[in-house]
Formats: sequence, C-alpha cells, structure tokens
Amino acid sequence: MVTKKTPLYDEHIKLGGKIVDYAGWFLPVQYEGLIKEHEAVRKDAGMFDVSHMGEIMVKGKDALDYLQYLLTNDISSMGDDQVLYSLMCYPDGGVVDDLLVYRYGQEEYLLVVNAANTEKDFKWMIDNKKDFNIIIENISNQVGEIALQGPKSEKILQKLTDYDLSSIKYFHLKRDIEISGVKCMVSRTGYTGEDGFEIFASPEDIVIIWNKLLEIGKEDGLKPAGLGARDTLRFEAAMPLYGHEISEEVNPLEGGLKFAVKFEKEVDFIGKEPLKKQWEEGLRRKVVGFEMLERGIPREGYEVYKNGKKIGYVTTGYLSPTLNKNIGNALIDIDEAKLGNQIDIMIRNKPVKAKIISRKFLKNS
Amino acid sequence: MKVLKDLYYTKDHEWLKVEGNEGYIGLTDFAQDSLGDIVYVELPNVDDEFEKEEAFSAVESVKAASDVYMPVSGRILEVNEALLDEPALLNEDPYKNWIVKIELADLSQLDELMSSEEYEKYLEEEV
Repeated sequence: MVTKKTPLYDEHIKLGGKIVDYAGWFLPVQYEGLIKEHEAVRKDAGMFDVSHMGEIMVKGKDALDYLQYLLTNDISSMGDDQVLYSLMCYPDGGVVDDLLVYRYGQEEYLLVVNAANTEKDFKWMIDNKKDFNIIIENISNQVGEIALQGPKSEKILQKLTDYDLSSIKYFHLKRDIEISGVKCMVSRTGYTGEDGFEIFASPEDIVIIWNKLLEIGKEDGLKPAGLGARDTLRFEAAMPLYGHEISEEVNPLEGGLKFAVKFEKEVDFIGKEPLKKQWEEGLRRKVVGFEMLERGIPREGYEVYKNGKKIGYVTTGYLSPTLNKNIGNALIDIDEAKLGNQIDIMIRNKPVKAKIISRKFLKNS
Repeated sequence: MKVLKDLYYTKDHEWLKVEGNEGYIGLTDFAQDSLGDIVYVELPNVDDEFEKEEAFSAVESVKAASDVYMPVSGRILEVNEALLDEPALLNEDPYKNWIVKIELADLSQLDELMSSEEYEKYLEEEV
C-alpha cells in the first residue's frame, strides 16, 4: 500500500516534524521533542494532526437499529449532537475496532474510526448491512481533522470564533460553526485526558485552521504535537489503543471497557453472547496497570512472570512524562491481577520487579 | 549530523575511539538524533566480556528501547556512571559522553569498521 499524506503534510515539514509511516500515513512522531509536547498538552495546549482517522457516515431510516446491532454501546441513549465511545466486535467478541459515534440526528451518524482499520471497518459494516435501510459511506478522504488538547484549548479556540464554545459540553458536538472564517464541526472530545476539541473540516480548510491556531495559540503556549506524545498522553489517561489493550484477540471486557458494552440493551449486538457468557462466568485474563519497583522501562511485548511462570505480556509501557515513573499496562492471568500484587517484567532477559496498580495513572498521583 | 574525524564507526551508529589497545565507545550524533530524548541507559558491569556485535548496553527514549552493540570484541574497563542519572548527556554531546571504556581483544577487527569519511557516505546513502 502506498503511504498517504494528510492535508497538513507540508505544514509538518515546515515545522521540522520528524516524519514516520504510521498506519499507512506520513505523520510527525514529534516536532521539537516528545516530552516538551506532552507537557504542553498537560499544562497549556497542544495540537495534533489527526486527519488520518477514518470517517464513515451511516444514514437512513434504519440507521439507529443498524448501529444498535453493529456496536456494543447503547446508541439509543444518545441525543442529537452527542458523541459516544463504542466498540465494534466480531461474533466471538474480539474487537473489529473502537470508535466514536457522532449523532447528527436519529437517521444520521458519523463514525470516527482508527486510521489503520478504516478499510477493514468499512468492509465489515457493508458485510453486516443485511436488510437495514441505510447508506454507508466512507468519507475519510473528504475530511481533515485537528485535535486541540489541553487546559487552555477553549481560551485559544474561542479567539477564532464567535460561537460560544463553553456551550459545547464534554462529548457533544456542534456542526456548521465558523472557525477563522471557515465552516467546520467541533466536538469536545479527545484522546489525552485533558479538556479539548476535535475540529473537522474539508482538507483545504483544515490547513487554514491549523495555521491560524498555531499563530494565535503561541502566546498561550500552544505547541504542535506528534504521534509520540499522543500515545504517552492517552496511555497515562487510561485510554486504550487498538492493537494493544484491545484487538481481534483481546476483547473489550479483558481490555477494561465493560462501560461501553451494554448487555442490557434490547437489541442483540454482534458478539454479545460470548461476551455475556464470559462476564457471567468470570474473565480468565485482563489488562492491569503496573509500576516498576526496580530500574527499567517496560515496553510493549515484554513478558510478565510470577514465581517463574509466564502470566502475560506488556501491552503499553513508558517512562511516564507526567509522573516521571516507569509504568505500563499488561494483559495477565486473572488470578494474578489483584492490586498490589508483585510481578516480574522480563527486560532484556532479566526479571525486574513491578507492582500492580490502577490503570488510572493520573488519578493515582 | 556531526561526524568526528579519527574515530571508527559502525553501521549501527556506534563510534569507537582507540588509544593503544584501549578504546571508548559511544553513540553517534545521528543515533542520538534518531532516538530523540534519551531517558534511560543500561550499563554493563566492569570486567564483562563481549564479542564484536554483541549488545552490551541499552539506551531508551520515551518512545523506544535500542540495544548498543560492540564495534569490536573486548572487556569492559570502565562504565560512564554519570549516564545513569543524566541519560540526556548522550543527546547533549554524544561524542564527549562515552558509554564504556574497553580493552580491545583483537586490534585487527578495526579494519572491519568504517572511517569518518566512510561513515559520512553511509549516512548520506542511508538517509
């Protein structure tokens, strides 16, 4: 597959971004440095090019019924202009993708999905369309997206619009508002654990917004931030990344996402039966958080041991820029998953001691 | 990228400075720049012996861990313990801040390493 450029590619080059191939897209892993960008988002604000994300429209009379069947969360609980996190599962409970549902109206929804999964998701949605009276459209190429994240996000963005941004509540959206003179959709959402917005506009317009934001945000400490900081930020905030905390093999319950799996909703969704059975009988493994007790940084894929027996593996691990501690997530046997339990992380063939703690690392501190 | 004269270089971006049958090993400017902010360094023990191309140390950025390999076979004489508390020294001056000092086991292995000119050319071709 040919690696694609987002509408903001030239801007990343101008800003000195270090470009990598991520999920089939050329994107900056960092500009001036991961740690500085991470700190900017926690203290002031940072902006990310997330134009690689997939956007799939579902429209039609049966749109709600279809999404209730396709997705694990309860889409019927949503009002207009609301956003909801959900999973899309296979019949065995494994995860096709995790995504955000944007409700424009009872018969019109936008699904924002992971870049690497967009084609797979679209095909899955078509394959499961059945007799539902709907139209499914992959509009990813028509949409550019910026995530503006951090405590000063509202203050900065408000300078570029007359619309009262404080009226957009957490996990709500507003369509057709003008930011620096161009029409876009804004939602109060993000992937960092901070307040912030995601801005959707046409590929041409997103460039205008990007540059205006950079200019006007400077005095408030706004920095462009890369994929590196995006991952450390979401990890600290206990947010999952597809392919790590959840995947085709790791189901949402194991990944700690029971809150987005609604067994009680009236419709039988794809994957419900095996997931419900597992939940009732008890999980065999789950994703836990841990903190290193000895020197060493845990990394994805490192094996986890207890008393010489392998009990799982690390799904994400970092020297946390915010907490300055070596912490990680690991998928391990349920018998060893108790808080406070001491485990060994194999770092370069040596067992290094760690302790299980809550995955909500920011709240722990 | 800065490349210093009179050092030996490897394809994995280590440098080796030789003094008699002893030598200092570190990371090149290219290596530190590719890694980004270095936040952790793992050092071997004094007297540990390693073969050429064997991993003797690891350096880690926030993003990833990378092994550091022996340019030649040898025995560890000294480790730069300052790096344990201040890994970022490798970013600040990668040629001044060596990782280990070694005793070379076989001086003829130097012939297999790159000169500064060869390394510069290698960087141009690789990047």
